[in-house]
Amino acid sequence: MEPTEAGDRSSTSDDQPLNNRVLLEVADLDVRYGGVQALRGLSITVGKGEIVALLGNNGAGKTTTLSAISGLVRATSGRIMLGGRDLTKATAPKVVAAGVVHVPEGRRIFSLLTVHENLQLGGHLVRDGRELRRRIDQVYELLPRLAERRGQQGGTLSGGEQQMLAIGRALVARPRLLMLDEPSMGLAPLVVTAVMDVIRDINAAGSAVLLVEQNAKAALKIAHRGYVIENGATVLHGTAAELAEDSRVVEAYLGGV
Amino acid sequence: MSAGDASQEGTPHVEPGPQAGQGAQAGQGPPVKHGPPVKPVRGRGPSVVTRLMETRYLGWIGLAIALGAPLIIATPYALNVMTSAAIFVMLAVGLNIVVGYCGLLDLGYAAFFAVGAYTGGVMAAELDIPLIATVPAVLVVTVVAGIVIGAPTLRLRSDYLAIVTLGFGEIIRICATNLEITGGPSGIYGIPGLFGDDVLTEPAAFYYLTVLIVAVAVLLAARLGRSRLGRAWRFVREDEDAAEAMGVHTYKVKLAAYIGGAVWGGMAGVLFAAHLTAISPPSFTFLWSALVLMAVVLGGMGSTPGVVVGAVFISLAPELLRDLADYRFFVFGVLLILVMIVRPQGLWPHRSQETARTAARSKEPVA
Repeated sequence: MEPTEAGDRSSTSDDQPLNNRVLLEVADLDVRYGGVQALRGLSITVGKGEIVALLGNNGAGKTTTLSAISGLVRATSGRIMLGGRDLTKATAPKVVAAGVVHVPEGRRIFSLLTVHENLQLGGHLVRDGRELRRRIDQVYELLPRLAERRGQQGGTLSGGEQQMLAIGRALVARPRLLMLDEPSMGLAPLVVTAVMDVIRDINAAGSAVLLVEQNAKAALKIAHRGYVIENGATVLHGTAAELAEDSRVVEAYLGGV
Repeated sequence: MSAGDASQEGTPHVEPGPQAGQGAQAGQGPPVKHGPPVKPVRGRGPSVVTRLMETRYLGWIGLAIALGAPLIIATPYALNVMTSAAIFVMLAVGLNIVVGYCGLLDLGYAAFFAVGAYTGGVMAAELDIPLIATVPAVLVVTVVAGIVIGAPTLRLRSDYLAIVTLGFGEIIRICATNLEITGGPSGIYGIPGLFGDDVLTEPAAFYYLTVLIVAVAVLLAARLGRSRLGRAWRFVREDEDAAEAMGVHTYKVKLAAYIGGAVWGGMAGVLFAAHLTAISPPSFTFLWSALVLMAVVLGGMGSTPGVVVGAVFISLAPELLRDLADYRFFVFGVLLILVMIVRPQGLWPHRSQETARTAARSKEPVA
């Protein structure tokens, strides 16, 4: 646990992945929306096979971080590297092709299209129809609930099922890095646990996960490491266990004790 | 005429009717062979009409109706109306690519119709060649027109796109009114026939030819809608941001829809020029764009059989109501409003094959 100094630049010296095999490296990222600076020199790393949690209040810059990585917003300065490839200026389709898939906040599934059609979107970059079907079948195997509902419109699913669908859709793309924005939002506690279990399974199967959560408790339960973001920069980082015990995290995000 | 992605939820209140206006017996189509017996859903089996609407042979049935119509009524007036209706179907199917599949509101679709008709008409009349020989040139020009109009405007969204396309529609028409090569306000006439002046100019022969061309166009559009590109269009229509986040190149995909719409519209324009042998700017007013859009919305956006039925309805209703004289368009308007109240999703809404399949197979009632 290394709280960074008073300045809002976080040190990158010892926020390395536990296994030292870096997959994603974001360094000194700045993002502006018009006159508003959303990220100020944010730096994080995600290692191969890791689950990394991004914690922070509304407006801290968590979602912007994911959007910048996935190419939906442009960074004004800084660097985004994935396995040695520079993705700083890559467009969204290129980022997906490189293996980074973003499950946006609020799930953004297609409510008027069927479950099956939703999953087809995840495999949009797969040109071979048979390969696409194979991948979708694998997702059905992992999330059998979706298989039961394959012909149903996405909007008719329950909240938990919609989240599973959003995650399943991302899995069809076979991501090296899966980025989830508030997967627990609006879900009942039991369903949150189910979603977190699925995330853990996906991680066990080999994908690294970058998890943005307001529900710090649930996130720290499955994460290996975590960052706390305030005002567009990381202010704390450490292993999940360290963060879960840190008095500032407990007070601000875990509802005090 | 339509391909077989037809589908219909529950028990439809409306028969696949308007085509009956062409004189055929839509209600009592041939007994349809189904595969394995369909399991009842929620204790109620699909009605005869539902079965008819979901049959794979739908396209053939539509084509048979269109080809059989002249056997029932073949006056020159009727043939003229039916030919116009077929051309209108092609326009509607083309606009359906843009509005139905991809969700881009285009209020100036008549522009592409005009570009096709004028390119073909001017070339054929000036060079004295059959219209069919102008098709490659028309293809090139409409694709270019699609790119020129689409490339700068497709970065806009919904309302803004609608306004800009409306403007382009007017620009094309005003250009045609003022340019010398397009014959100014009086347009061009004496356009040679599709295969020259003396071949296939009989109204009945031309009608059959038009129906066959339109049938191919409808089939191609339906195929396109089910392709990988067609799926991308649906994703963009439903949620552009989500589609982009998952790797869909939304700008390219939208431009492709626009170009597709332009080509279909342009080809319909060539048929139109061949049909009337004369074209002038008043044929390409905003009213046309609005009517085509109405056919798409009325029939069911994104649904090929729906759009075909909608187009036939929109083009035939004013003719069938001709006896009402001055009240004709009043009744037409009331009919449109009624349809939208009773069936807000359109006469024949789109339903995915997956939904249809699941509904037919599911053993347990869906919770």
